[in-house]
Amino acid sequence: MKYVIAIIRPHRLEEVMQELDNSEIYLRTVSEVLGCGRQKGVTEVYRGVKEVGNLLRKVKLEIAVNDAFLEPTIQAIIKGAKEGDIGDGKIFVLNLEECIRIRTSERGGEAIG
Amino acid sequence: MDKINYADLTWVMISTALVMIMTPTLAFFYGGLVRKKNVLSVLMQCMVILCIISIQWILFGYSLAFGPDKGGIIGGLEWLGLRGVGMAPNDTYMNTVPHQLFMAFQMMFAVITPALIIGAFVERIKFTGFILFVILWATLVYDPLAHWVWAKDGWLNSLGALDFAGGTVIHLNAGISALIFVLLLGKRHGIEHPSSPHNLPFSVLGAGFLWFGWFGFNAGSAGAANTVAVSAFINTNTAAAAAGLTWMVMDKLVNRVPTMLGVITGLVAGLVAVTPASGYVTPLSAMAIGALASLLCFLFVSKIKGLLGYDDSLDVFGVHGIGGIVGALATGLFASKAINPAGNDGLLYGNPHQLWVQFLTVIVAIAFSAVMTLVLFKIVDAVIGLRVEIKEEHIGLDLTQQHETGYTLYD
Repeated sequence: MKYVIAIIRPHRLEEVMQELDNSEIYLRTVSEVLGCGRQKGVTEVYRGVKEVGNLLRKVKLEIAVNDAFLEPTIQAIIKGAKEGDIGDGKIFVLNLEECIRIRTSERGGEAIG
Repeated sequence: MDKINYADLTWVMISTALVMIMTPTLAFFYGGLVRKKNVLSVLMQCMVILCIISIQWILFGYSLAFGPDKGGIIGGLEWLGLRGVGMAPNDTYMNTVPHQLFMAFQMMFAVITPALIIGAFVERIKFTGFILFVILWATLVYDPLAHWVWAKDGWLNSLGALDFAGGTVIHLNAGISALIFVLLLGKRHGIEHPSSPHNLPFSVLGAGFLWFGWFGFNAGSAGAANTVAVSAFINTNTAAAAAGLTWMVMDKLVNRVPTMLGVITGLVAGLVAVTPASGYVTPLSAMAIGALASLLCFLFVSKIKGLLGYDDSLDVFGVHGIGGIVGALATGLFASKAINPAGNDGLLYGNPHQLWVQFLTVIVAIAFSAVMTLVLFKIVDAVIGLRVEIKEEHIGLDLTQQHETGYTLYD
């Protein structure tokens, strides 16, 4: 079992979700986050005072998958999120120790799907 | 100065303030409906229009719209910088209040009209191009049309067109311009995934205060504290109520649920439609006008617009254009001299000619507004540009046009 975390551009979320649906990966958690990478931050101006390097709005996707679904998940995210410029984001893959469905107490791969 | 009636003065001055608040209010109505990365851009556009037109109107706008007539087409430049427009009442326009007060009341109408168009091009307009477009549009579209319909010797006024508070000059005009503008500007990127309004409570607050301000808009257009003003006041409220309910029922019948956005959209459609009729009709007629406008706007916005495929983002044409047409024609049906002897009878009171005049006015306004908007769009788009880069559109207009954000995620 793997835990996939992807940081993407907010306006690509719809495309990424569409690609995930196409690959039959339906379970996901989405949150709004702030961050910056090589794209650096943005400059904001309030009453003439510049605030340099404010963090950019990003969207974080979290998806738990069985091993067989890992590569399709990665490909779907890339397909949906890639623009080819700095700021497209990153995908992190972690080993997932356990997964438990609360309703049934099922564990492991059974519980993920 | 002894001609001034101080009850009239008080009512028109309060009405002027009521119409003024409609523009910041409209900002919240529209602002709540866009995505949160663009909220400030909409508020900014509305507030800047309030500033720009307030200046334009005093410098030359008022003179072009209401100054001494030149062939029924345009006002002269005699009243530039309010020269000769003082505290003595004008014999023609609101002749019991200071001339400058009539000027200020009309100023607020000139302000809100271009602000209405904002709803069409939100989330993709370039701010610098927007400013030039607004100045040109106010001067070359609004001011002449206001002259034609409202100035004593304006050629549409001379035909006998009835437009009590600006259904044609304001709402139809803004609605048609909005439609032409977005046909030329194109859709927002990513619009195939419609986003929900980012702050619907803002929009409800905006709609509520639009209703409130509309009492000044319509009842103030009587120009005096008299029975016609009371009539317009009641008709305004009645049409808004009937229209809000009609949209709610249609939502329930067609989409299975009554919605908050539906109710506020409907009530605005009703307010738009009753505007030209408000000082000429009975409360029951106002009820019919509100319900009819809401029904037709509902059908247009929820059924027909989707088939046409253009991106009038906040339905300026669907509500103000369609509502404006319904209102102008309904005035030709329901107007009654029993309510306002200065008006005329409509078709239902035995005067079919009035409906013909109203129809002609609508056609002229549509043609003029459409052609002029097309020309001005092409000019401004060539000189400055009217659309932001695709990247800026994705990041949002707040950060790219103003370097501000409406909301923080933390703190």
